[in-house]
Amino acid sequence: MASTIRVRATATGDTTEVQALIQHPMDSGFVKDAKGNLIPPHFIQQLAFECNGKTVFLADWGTAVSKDPYIKFSFKGGNKGDDLKISWVDNKGASDTTTAKIQ
Amino acid sequence: MNLRPAIRLASAAFGLATLLSAALPAGAADSVDPAADAKAFQNYFTTKFPKLKPADFVNGPYSLNEDMHRQWVEKEEFPPYEFSLEMGKEMFAKPFRNGKSYADCFDNGGIGVRQNYPYFDEREGKVITLELALNRCREANGEAPLSYVKDEMAALTAYMAFTSRGKPFDIKVPNDPRALAAFENGKEYFYTRRGQLNFSCASCHVQNPGERIRAETLAPALGILNAMPIYRSAWGGMGTISRRFTSCNSQIRGVPLEPQSDEYRDLEYYLSYVSNGLPISGPGARP
Amino acid sequence: MKMISRRIPILALAAAFVLLATTSTSLLAAASEADFNAAYAEAEAANKQAGAQRDQWTTTAATLANAKKAAESGNFDSAVAEAREAEALAKASVFQATHEKDAWKAAVIR
Repeated sequence: MASTIRVRATATGDTTEVQALIQHPMDSGFVKDAKGNLIPPHFIQQLAFECNGKTVFLADWGTAVSKDPYIKFSFKGGNKGDDLKISWVDNKGASDTTTAKIQ
Repeated sequence: MNLRPAIRLASAAFGLATLLSAALPAGAADSVDPAADAKAFQNYFTTKFPKLKPADFVNGPYSLNEDMHRQWVEKEEFPPYEFSLEMGKEMFAKPFRNGKSYADCFDNGGIGVRQNYPYFDEREGKVITLELALNRCREANGEAPLSYVKDEMAALTAYMAFTSRGKPFDIKVPNDPRALAAFENGKEYFYTRRGQLNFSCASCHVQNPGERIRAETLAPALGILNAMPIYRSAWGGMGTISRRFTSCNSQIRGVPLEPQSDEYRDLEYYLSYVSNGLPISGPGARP
Repeated sequence: MKMISRRIPILALAAAFVLLATTSTSLLAAASEADFNAAYAEAEAANKQAGAQRDQWTTTAATLANAKKAAESGNFDSAVAEAREAEALAKASVFQATHEKDAWKAAVIR
């Protein structure tokens, strides 16, 4: 299966701007399906961005984040061609990881 | 209690209205001239929004003000329909069990043909939409048809629209009384008020585009289908033209028709034709 | 003008009948299953007519469902009331569709 993560990172001067889109249902556990049964919670708990082995962004997420979340941030450091590793783990233990090159 | 006089007055008004509408001559208004309709339709919107170029209309509410336009530019850098587009590309390339594929059912292998749909099929005497053609292709090749409102259909049409981006809508109404009737029926459906809220498609998308209905900005009807299918944040997912039509109907408290029923096909035909010349921009993203 | 003046009393009479019909049931003793069946059949017939005109309302369907639910729980008073409400909604949708048969033309951009 194709990766659940899309990422674009661009370095300008001494900062790197990162945008990412993650495909995930992010079910809160409070929503009912068409039959009226609760949809069990299913959400990303931790999201991490690592640049050259160093964590640059770490998020502890809960149920209040939307479906298919989009994140944008920038950090100091990072050069063109460096590796940016993105990984997430959800409450059911599923995870995904991808590595992108900073442009 | 003064309910009765009120009712009497109301019935009198209704009676009068019925009489008046029956008395009006059904002459000039009934001759079907699609080209003139499209011209008047486009002229109405370009006059209402003098700052917009015709091609801007395909981005719906995102064209109507600067803030929304900035949001759109940013959204397009990282569009939410990307996952669906990728899924559509994979589905489109994957052969059926009999070895054939979607490409065998369409002109030019299905690439860059979105702008020609819907078309009028003179053999069948009916309008054929892209969604219908896709399901017929599946059935001809022994596959079960897809739901018209769910993700797979949206993914396929997203891919086909993407390969046709920038090509102007090129819908033809042949000089066939059945085609003209389909066009006219679509127009009637578009302007007819229905549902308990007594709204027509035109109430929102012709008379009030750019205004808000609750938190949402209403899109102009011109170019509204060019962006289909769309990722709607309100839906948290993709939607086809069929989904848009049925959900509009239920929002005004009308029972929606079956997806791809004759009325919806004619409506799509009319609405696409009057947007002729505007580029395909789908798949789109909407708030 | 002659036609209009003839039409008003008929419509007013019809409206009066509707009023009478609704008030009389509330004065009578509890409604029976037969009352419900009759009221429900009328509501359904009106809704079917709206369906033929391709203009059913979701509220009609919901009210019909409520009527059925009330009848199943044996509450025929409220079942009959819901069925009458559904019939009124269905008739309003039929009126709307009939009226729009010509009225839509006035909204067309020219």
